[in-house]
Amino acid sequence: MARMKFLCDAERCIECNGCVTACKQEHEIPWGVNRRRVVTLNDGVPGEKSISVACMHCSDAPCMAVCPVDCFYKTSEGIVLHDKDLCIGCGYCFYACPFGAPQFPQDGAFGLRGKMDKCTFCAGGPETDHSEAEYKKYGRNRLAEGKLPACAEMCSTKALLGGDADVISDIYRNRVMKRGKGSEVWGWGTAYGKPDAKPATPPGAKS
Amino acid sequence: MLLTRKASTASAPSSRLSRTVAGYLGNTIDRRAFLKRSGLAVSAGVAVSQLPFSMMGKARAADKVDGGNIEVKRTVCTHCSVGCAIDAVVQNGVWIRQEPVFDSPINLGAHCAKGASIREHGHGEHRLKYPMKLVDGKWKRLSWDDALKEVSDKLLAIKKESGPDATFWIGSSKHNNEQSYLLRKFVSFFGTNNMDHQARICHSTTVAGVANTWGYGAMTNSYNDEQNSKCILFFGSNAAEAHPVSMLHTLHAKENGAKVICVDPRFTRTAAKADKYYRIRSGADVAFLMGMLHHIFKNAWEDKEYIKARVYGMDKVREEAAKWTPDKVEEVTGMKEAEVLDVAESMAKNRPSTIVWAMGQTQHTNGNAIVRASCIFQLALGNVGVAGGGCNIYRGHDNVQGATDVGPNPDSLPGYYGLLPGSWAHFARAWGVDIEWIKKQFATPAMMEKPGITVSRWIDAVLENNENLDQDSNLRAVVYWGHAPNSQTRGAEMIAAMKKLDLLVVIDPYPSATAAMMAMARPDGCYLLPAATQLECEGSVTASNRSIQWREKVIEPMFESRTDHMIMYQLAQKFGFADQLLGKQADGKTKIKLAKGKGGMDEPDIEDILREINRSIWTIGYTGHSPERLQAHMRNMHVFDVKTLRAKGGKDAKTGYVLDGDYFGLPWPCYGTPELKHPGSPVLYNTELNMMDGGGNFRANFGVERDGVNLLAEDGSHSKGADLTTGYPEFDHVLLKKLGWWDELTEDEKKAAEGKNWKTDSSGGIIRVAMKNHGCHPFGNAKARAVVWNFPDPVPLHREPLFSPRPDLIDKYPTHDDQKNRWRMPVLFKTVQQANKNAVKQYPLIMTSGRLVEYEGGGDETRSNPWLAELQQEMFAEINPKDANDRGVRNNEYIWVETPTKARLKVKSQVTERVGPGTVFLPFHFAGWFEGRDLLDKYPEGAAPIVRGEAVNTATTYGYDIVTMMQETKTTLCQISKA
Repeated sequence: MARMKFLCDAERCIECNGCVTACKQEHEIPWGVNRRRVVTLNDGVPGEKSISVACMHCSDAPCMAVCPVDCFYKTSEGIVLHDKDLCIGCGYCFYACPFGAPQFPQDGAFGLRGKMDKCTFCAGGPETDHSEAEYKKYGRNRLAEGKLPACAEMCSTKALLGGDADVISDIYRNRVMKRGKGSEVWGWGTAYGKPDAKPATPPGAKS
Repeated sequence: MLLTRKASTASAPSSRLSRTVAGYLGNTIDRRAFLKRSGLAVSAGVAVSQLPFSMMGKARAADKVDGGNIEVKRTVCTHCSVGCAIDAVVQNGVWIRQEPVFDSPINLGAHCAKGASIREHGHGEHRLKYPMKLVDGKWKRLSWDDALKEVSDKLLAIKKESGPDATFWIGSSKHNNEQSYLLRKFVSFFGTNNMDHQARICHSTTVAGVANTWGYGAMTNSYNDEQNSKCILFFGSNAAEAHPVSMLHTLHAKENGAKVICVDPRFTRTAAKADKYYRIRSGADVAFLMGMLHHIFKNAWEDKEYIKARVYGMDKVREEAAKWTPDKVEEVTGMKEAEVLDVAESMAKNRPSTIVWAMGQTQHTNGNAIVRASCIFQLALGNVGVAGGGCNIYRGHDNVQGATDVGPNPDSLPGYYGLLPGSWAHFARAWGVDIEWIKKQFATPAMMEKPGITVSRWIDAVLENNENLDQDSNLRAVVYWGHAPNSQTRGAEMIAAMKKLDLLVVIDPYPSATAAMMAMARPDGCYLLPAATQLECEGSVTASNRSIQWREKVIEPMFESRTDHMIMYQLAQKFGFADQLLGKQADGKTKIKLAKGKGGMDEPDIEDILREINRSIWTIGYTGHSPERLQAHMRNMHVFDVKTLRAKGGKDAKTGYVLDGDYFGLPWPCYGTPELKHPGSPVLYNTELNMMDGGGNFRANFGVERDGVNLLAEDGSHSKGADLTTGYPEFDHVLLKKLGWWDELTEDEKKAAEGKNWKTDSSGGIIRVAMKNHGCHPFGNAKARAVVWNFPDPVPLHREPLFSPRPDLIDKYPTHDDQKNRWRMPVLFKTVQQANKNAVKQYPLIMTSGRLVEYEGGGDETRSNPWLAELQQEMFAEINPKDANDRGVRNNEYIWVETPTKARLKVKSQVTERVGPGTVFLPFHFAGWFEGRDLLDKYPEGAAPIVRGEAVNTATTYGYDIVTMMQETKTTLCQISKA
C-alpha cells in the first residue's frame, strides 16, 4: 500500500503559484482560504528559495493528537483527513500544526463545508467517494479517480511532487545525484545539520 | 495584502538552502518515467495521463443530476507564448474541469498560476456581457443589430468625410492565426494600412532586427532545445514570471550541467534560479554586449571558421567592440570587468550556449540595436543554427508570433510579403479578389504601399498637427479589437487623444480599461462589443518556438459574445465587402465557406481560412500546416520527443496520417505543400540537417554582393546533403532553368511557376524541386549580417535613453537626431533628450516595469479571475531600502510615483533589495485607477475587474525605437514621495 507524501524541490520551485490556483480551481475554493501556498525566504536577495506548503499529511499528525473531538482520521495510504461534521472549528489543530495548514473559512457557502478546511491530498472526505456531499464539503476526490493531487500534477517545473513517498523519493534522489550536491530539500539541515552553510542574509539586515 | 510579494528585505536566513549551485551531468527522470512512477503510486496502477472517459464519468457523478454528455476538448492556454496544452472537461456545454496534458512535449502537463486556473473562463462573471454604448456618461445596453449598424454607419461616415486612413484598427495577438489573417484582409478592404497589434510594443525591434540579421525575425530554437544548451544567459527576460513553464526545460538543462546566468537591473525570480546574477543599469544593454564581444575578440574565443563562412561584416563589429574597454563598459553599465568577462567566458567556453531575451531588450529607444548586438554576439560564437545555441527570443502573448506572421501589421501583408504592388497582386490572387477593386478601397495607390500608423503612436496621430502627418487626416476613429490601452506608454496623453476622437470601439471579451478611460474622459463616443475568447472558438495558435497547435472549441461563446471572425464578417456585410472577404467567385463559389456559428449565425469557416493561409504564405512556410496535420499532432502528442520535438514513429488512428519524422506543431518554416511533408524546422539555419529533416542556412535576402564582398555563404557551407555546396541566391524560375532542374516540375507546376519565384509560385513546385530533389534551401544560402546597412546604426551603438539618469553620458552617447517622418509622423529623439537633460535632478530614480506571474498583458482578463486576483491584490512599486529610507517611505504604505510627464501614480511601496539603489520597478498589468482615483464607477456595471490599480503606463514618458516605433518602457525617470 502506498504512503502518500508531498515533496517540494526548492531548487525547482519558481514561486509561480500554479499549485495554489490548481487547488483553488479544482476544489472551487473561495477567496480567503488557501489550502496551499508558496512560501519564499530571502525574497529578493541571493539565496531566495521558495517552497509550496500545504498539509504535510504527517505520520504522527499533531492535529490528530490534539483535536478535542477527534475528527481526524488517516487513510490506509497515510492521508490525514477530517470529518467536518464532527469538527467544532475550535482551531486547536491550528495551534498544533507546524505548517499553518488548517484554514478557517470566514463565511458564505464554503463555510458550510465545515469549520476547518485543509488540503485533502485530493482524497475527499469520509462521505462516499464522488458523492455530492463529499464534493461540497471537501472538494474533488482525485485519488479515487486514479489521479494525483492537482497541485502536483500541474506544477510548472515539477518542483512539487505528490504521490507514493517511495516513488517521490526515488525521483528526488535522482535529481539530487544528478545535481552533484547534497540534498537541498527544506528541513534537511535541521534534521542532519549542515555546518558549512553561511547566512544568506547580509549581517544586520532586518528579518 | 500581497500574498506573493513578501515583506521588505529578507526574512530569516535559511542557511542550509543558500549554498551556491553547481551542476554536474547526469540523467534525469523524463516525463514518461515520472508518470509511470507517479501512476504506480496510486492503487491499481492506473495511468495518470489521460483519464478514460468512463472514469471521467465517475468523477462527474458528484455533481450530475441526470447525467449528460461529457466531452474532453483539447485546447492551448491563452496566457503566454509557451503553448501549454489543456484538456477541458465539458458537460452539457459547461466547462466543469481541466486536466493536465502530460503528453504535451511542450509543457508535460505543467502550468503556472494562469494556466492552472484557466477554467475560470468558463465562469466569466466579469465579462462584457452584451453590446453597450456610452450615453451621457453612462453605459447603456443595446442590441447587436443596433450596435453593428451604429458602429458601421459611423465608420463609413468618417471614411467618406476624411478617408479610410482616418481610422485605426488595433488587432490582437490573442486572435488565432485565422482571425489575425482575416483581420489583415478585412482592414485592407476597408482601405487602410492603419492597423497594428501587440507585437509592435512586444518584439517589433526583435522582428526587424533579427530578420535583417539573418532572415527570419523569430526565436531560432525552442524552449525544449535549452535542454541541449551548456550555458543559458537570461538577458532581458524574467522567464520565471513571464514564461514560467519554460523554466521546466531551463531547470532541466541546469540539472544536466548547463550554467544559467542572469543579467538584469532587478534580481528577478529567474535570477534566483540562476547560478550567477549580475546587476546592470537599465538601458545600458548594448554597452554590456559590446563589452562581452570585447573580451571574446581579445581572447580569440570567436568561431573564426563560422564567421568566415557564414557572417558578413564582423570586422566592423570588431572595430566597435575594440572601443568598449572594460572601464568604458563599467562607466555605462555599472558592471565590473570581472563580471562582464565571466559572462563572456562562460558563454564562450560552454558552447553551445544560448541567449534568452524578451521585453528587457526590445522595449528601448535603441531596441533594434540591442537585439542585433545579441545576434552578433551569438554569431561571433558560432552559436546560431546549432541545437542548444541560438537566440531564444521569448514572445509574449499566446499568439503574438502568429499574429506577427500572418496578422494585422501596418507594414506588411501576411507572411512578411510587404506592401509592394507584387505583394498585393499575390494576395489578390490568393483571396480571389480583383486587384483593381482593392485599389479602389484605398485613398490612393501611394497610401496602399505606405506603412500605416503604429499602435504605440496612435495617440500622436490624433494629437499631432495635421501638417506634420504623412496622411490626409488625423485619426478620428480607433477600434480596440482585443488589446489593452494600459500597455501603451504616455497614458495621460492617451486621455487627451480619447477626448479628441469621434469614435472609439472596443471589441473584447472584457470591457477593458479602455472603457473606463473613455468614460472618465468623455460622456459619449464609445461602443463596446463583446467578443468570444479563444476558448470559445477553434483555430491555430503559434507558440514562441514557432510550433503551431490547434485549439478545439471548449464552450460556446458566453453571454451575448460572438467570435471575432463572426464580428468581422458581420461588419464586412455592413461595409459591403462580405463577398470579397470570403473570396466569392463568378460561379458563386467562395474560397472560404460559411459555417454556422453561435445561434445559427454565419461565420467564416476557420479551417478554410487556414487552407487559404496554406495556399498563400510560402515565405515563412505556413504552407505545410494543413488543419489535418495540426489536428493529428494534437491527438498524438505522446509520439513526440521532449528534447528534439521529433516524432519517433506513430500513426494517427483517426486519419492514418503517419507522424514519423514530424516535429511537434510543424515549427515554421514548414515549407511547401502539406503533401511535401516537410517536418517543420525546430532549429532555424541548422546546416547539420538536411532540408527535408528541418535543416537550413541563413537567408539570401539582401543581395549577392556588397562593395565587392560576397554576401552568399562561402564554399562548403550549406545544409546537409545540398546539391549546391556553396552560397546561392533564392530560387526562382530563372535559377531553376539555369540549373537544369526546370523539367523536374510537372506540367501543371510549370504553368504556375513560370515567371515566379519560390514565394509566389502557387504550386509549391519550385520549393519541392529545390528541397526534396536537391536538398537546397528555397530562400537561398547566404551570410548573416553583422552590419545591417539599411538601419540607422548599421553596427549597433549604445545610445543613452531619452530620459537618462546619467546626463554626463548623453554627450558621449547621444540619441538619434529627430526624424521628420517615420511611420507617417515625426518622431523626436535629441529634442526630448536635451530638454530633459537635467530631469534627473528632480527625478533621480530609474523607473522600469515588467511582469508578474499571476497576470497577463494589460491584465483585465486575469485581474477578473478571482483565483489569480487573490494572489496580487494591489499595485505596488519595488524600491530599494536606501531610496525608501531617504524618502521616509516604509514598506507597504501608499506612495506617489511621479515622472517628468507630471503624471502621478498612487501605489503601495514594496521595500526590497530586489532592485538596486536608484531603481524603481513597477508591474504593468494594473489599470482601473487613474492618478489616485479608482474608476470602478466608470466600468459597465458588474464588468469591472476584481483587482484594479494604477497603470504604470499612465506615467511613462516619450521615446520610440527609430526603426519600429517600439515604445520605451524600461528606462525612464521618476521620483517617489509618501502619499
